[in-house]
Amino acid sequence: MLEYYTFFGLSIPVFLVGIGVLIGALLLSVAYLTYFERKVLGAMQRRQGPMTVGPLGLLQPIADGLKLFSKETIIPSAAHRAVFLIAPMLLFMLALIAWAVIPVGAQMVLSNINVGILYLFAVSSMGVYGVIMAGWASNSRYAFLGAMRSASQMVSYEVSMGLIIVSVLLVCGSLNLSEIVLAERPWFAQILLIPMFVVFLVSILAETNRAPFDLPEGESELSGGFMVEYSSMTFALFFLGEYANMILMSGMTVVLFMGGWLAPLPLEAFEYVPGIVWFVLKTTLVLFFFIWARATFPRYRYDQLMRLGWKVFLPFTLGWIVLMSGTLLAFDALP
Amino acid sequence: MLAALIFYLFAGILSLSALMVITARNPVHSVLFLILAFFNAAGLFVMLGAEFIGMLLVIVYVGAVAVLFLFVVMMLNMEFKELRKGSMRFIPVGLLLGGVLLTELVIVYQTWKINPKVLTETLGDSAAAPEVPLTNTEALGQILYTDYIYIFQGAGMILLVAMIGAIVLTLRERSGLKRQKVADQQKRQASDVLEIKKVTPGTGI
Repeated sequence: MLEYYTFFGLSIPVFLVGIGVLIGALLLSVAYLTYFERKVLGAMQRRQGPMTVGPLGLLQPIADGLKLFSKETIIPSAAHRAVFLIAPMLLFMLALIAWAVIPVGAQMVLSNINVGILYLFAVSSMGVYGVIMAGWASNSRYAFLGAMRSASQMVSYEVSMGLIIVSVLLVCGSLNLSEIVLAERPWFAQILLIPMFVVFLVSILAETNRAPFDLPEGESELSGGFMVEYSSMTFALFFLGEYANMILMSGMTVVLFMGGWLAPLPLEAFEYVPGIVWFVLKTTLVLFFFIWARATFPRYRYDQLMRLGWKVFLPFTLGWIVLMSGTLLAFDALP
Repeated sequence: MLAALIFYLFAGILSLSALMVITARNPVHSVLFLILAFFNAAGLFVMLGAEFIGMLLVIVYVGAVAVLFLFVVMMLNMEFKELRKGSMRFIPVGLLLGGVLLTELVIVYQTWKINPKVLTETLGDSAAAPEVPLTNTEALGQILYTDYIYIFQGAGMILLVAMIGAIVLTLRERSGLKRQKVADQQKRQASDVLEIKKVTPGTGI
């Protein structure tokens, strides 16, 4: 069990380079995810989206980043300074460290631990602290209300997310993410997983506080929610953290339900495409869903959100797990 | 070498943050230090090779239990100085309780024996070692759901009773609440609520 700190036979410099490449790629994807979002939203609302900075507006995210860098960091005088500053860092860091276990291609994973999915679940369940700490340390009523909403929302949807993960584990029989991707899934199990996939997609919207579940930052009632007191780089960290979390959740969806880095169809031409390309394409597809949902649905009311989580998703996933395990047992298909 | 360094890092932060839990002035800071302590304990579990327990500790305690702690402590907004006033009186009792706990832990540690069956069946003894070593999730599952199934299910029942008890104790019927009834909303037709009338100008309805 010592392989946790022997870096899987890789020498430490190689390992550090791997981490650097991963983080660099992630930050670049976050920057261009904002561009992608604005372009897609623009197209859905018959606008142009960003188009003045650089060709096709491609330099817009960089300009936005520079603007945020050059602003002054304001810390409210009544804020609890240390907690106020730790909160955005924590949120951003959690969004980054989760990527250590996500396999972006065959053998392309930083640490191939055998409880990968639990690690992911643990890291994503800690995200709530960044939000609560920010809301409390700001010493502002709006921020505090936003944090309270966010915390109860994330805790509620985690329960059904956990059950959905259990259902995937039942079919795949491993906690290792690479093995989950490679596991053979019987056709009836795949059909049974489709409703779980839909519930999971809705749950990740709620888990990342995205529209239509963006009540924690509902600008019409809370003027920006838990990050209302943040400015400049501290705000940028929240922003980056939120988008990195979106990419993370999309990656998790791809690994659990969409076959990870494997080609979608067994065509010969597809075998020449490297696995990471498929992974990126599939992740982009889920990210498109995030933006699509934002452009389509109005914001939920708070009691509707809680009702959906506890009275619809939780009973449904619980019942479906019983059904799935029963079916798998009947067909003798448990791994 | 590296392992030892990492161990001392986790253990050091764990002890320090545990100390800070009881000495921090602000109760919210106490809870945050408690979370840090949980997290480092999970790190120690992973070092021991018990990665399943480590992750479980983070998911259950850090991800769920401590969130509720933090919730309550933040909502109460209590004056901690008031609470602290007479706290010196309780030091002897606290020391006594701590001493009892410590003695019990030492006794348990001294007399700890691992069931030999567990060792041979799940980890594989030297004679009949399994070809592929079990991950500790599988190992735990094989013991928990065979030898200890009744105790395990009993613990589950106790938790269920506690949960239902908490719900029953806090549930109160309130009258005059306006609740959304989705079925009623769906049933509602335009013809039930809308009425179109011809109004001749100058007369009104």
